[in-house]
Amino acid sequence: MSPRRRAAIVGVAESEVGKTPHLTVLSQQARASRAALAEAGLGPADVNALFVAGNWSWAPALTLAEYLGLRPDYLDGTNIGGSSFEAHVGHAAAAIEAGVIDVALITYGSTQRSNRSRGAARPPATLTEQFDRPFGLPQPVGAYALAANRYLHQYGATGEQLAEVAVSARRWAALNPDAYYRDPITVDDVLDSPMISEPLHLLDCCLVTDGGGAVVVAAEDRWADLGTHPVEVLGHGETTTHSSIAQMPDLTVTGAARSGPTAMRMAGITHDDLDLLEIYDSFTITVLLTLESLGLCKPGEAGEFVAHGRTAPGGEMPMNTNGGGLSYTHPGMYGIFLLIEATRQLRHDFVSDPDRQVDGARLALVHGTGGVLSSASTVVLGRS
Amino acid sequence: MADLASDAETQPFWDGIAAGELRLQRCRDCARAVFYPRALCPHCFGDRLDWFTSPGTGTVYSYTVAHRAFSPSAGTPPYTVALIDLDEGVRMMSRIVGGGRVRIGDRVELEITRLGGEGSPTLPCFRVRETA
Repeated sequence: MSPRRRAAIVGVAESEVGKTPHLTVLSQQARASRAALAEAGLGPADVNALFVAGNWSWAPALTLAEYLGLRPDYLDGTNIGGSSFEAHVGHAAAAIEAGVIDVALITYGSTQRSNRSRGAARPPATLTEQFDRPFGLPQPVGAYALAANRYLHQYGATGEQLAEVAVSARRWAALNPDAYYRDPITVDDVLDSPMISEPLHLLDCCLVTDGGGAVVVAAEDRWADLGTHPVEVLGHGETTTHSSIAQMPDLTVTGAARSGPTAMRMAGITHDDLDLLEIYDSFTITVLLTLESLGLCKPGEAGEFVAHGRTAPGGEMPMNTNGGGLSYTHPGMYGIFLLIEATRQLRHDFVSDPDRQVDGARLALVHGTGGVLSSASTVVLGRS
Repeated sequence: MADLASDAETQPFWDGIAAGELRLQRCRDCARAVFYPRALCPHCFGDRLDWFTSPGTGTVYSYTVAHRAFSPSAGTPPYTVALIDLDEGVRMMSRIVGGGRVRIGDRVELEITRLGGEGSPTLPCFRVRETA
């Protein structure tokens, strides 16, 4: 086997997250991009590939490249929902391995929180949506609720087990000064919060925030000159199973069952090697289904996997260490924030805060979910 | 139909609903039923699809009771949206009408109705026939 030209994440940054009415999707991405490049010691002239996902322009990569003054020779506008950015990292690593690009900039920005007051009339449902939308399923929460009810029915799992995911996320958020919600919550708080779409309560659901992020991926020839400890892209896998939840083959098995093993095989590691997990938590059920589909536990056993604080601070399998989409931030497509947090943990950025830093972290699994459990993209990252 | 826009490919389905029938496609090559309507069989890629009328019986695969409004034509929450496994082997999103508690595994039958009153689309919904 010929050695691969290796790729690593060398810079990460968020823009302001939370409520940012003074920012646009473009200024958010500009701020995050500048900060992520600066951290690496790179500038716009170093970037020869741009990766963007969003629905704010008919061609977001073109709009953003012009706004930033970039003229990249490689563009990727892959949009598979919240897992787009894990896919972008995989695509960037493949392009680096092939020698096509040297430095990739991956960005995301959203003003969904500030936009909320503008209640625009929805256009009629066309194409495949005409068999989905007229029935009034609240989206996306209703789709995840359908999966949750099926999961509870099939395995005798409980709302308490779903709630544990939110409780652990909040415990991590308490350690993150940038998290949107930091006050502790209990399982009862989750179960007592308003019902949105049965069986999911308000606190089973992710936040609705503004925000943006950027990730810089560079070829190994550049690492020596850079200002950060490179975090190597060791493996990647992606897939899709459906678009509408009505067409999901099995509501308890996600595409992670394919993307996860692909990424692990490429990285040449087993689950026992992992030091931390960053698992897309759009809803509490998303995490339970993903853990099982990835094979981290058996079907029906994810509730036990997350019980007793096992994934919370101090637990044996730290997960969603920034507070996640449930408590830190969730500007529509959360996947870029999983990569940012995993990178910081593997660089040991939080050494001055031992509760927040996963001690000696060397290997992380990052898993994005997009649409309504529709797309899955897994990345294995390692401290080189 | 305020909330949905049919097209040349799906018009036979909606014409069927207007006539009180649930019309599905079946692939002439692999004999499997296909829903939603399309030009190619998603099972075998065959392009010879025939329409037939389903008796409209099936089983609840999953459901949720929505407590938040989604669109005015969808009616006033709480209401039950369900995934129905039709006996022909296809799954569709729908609504459970007629009241009562729904369970996964319930047997259901077609009831074509409007969800949002006059002017809202006529939709293939289901009512519980036999509780699991």
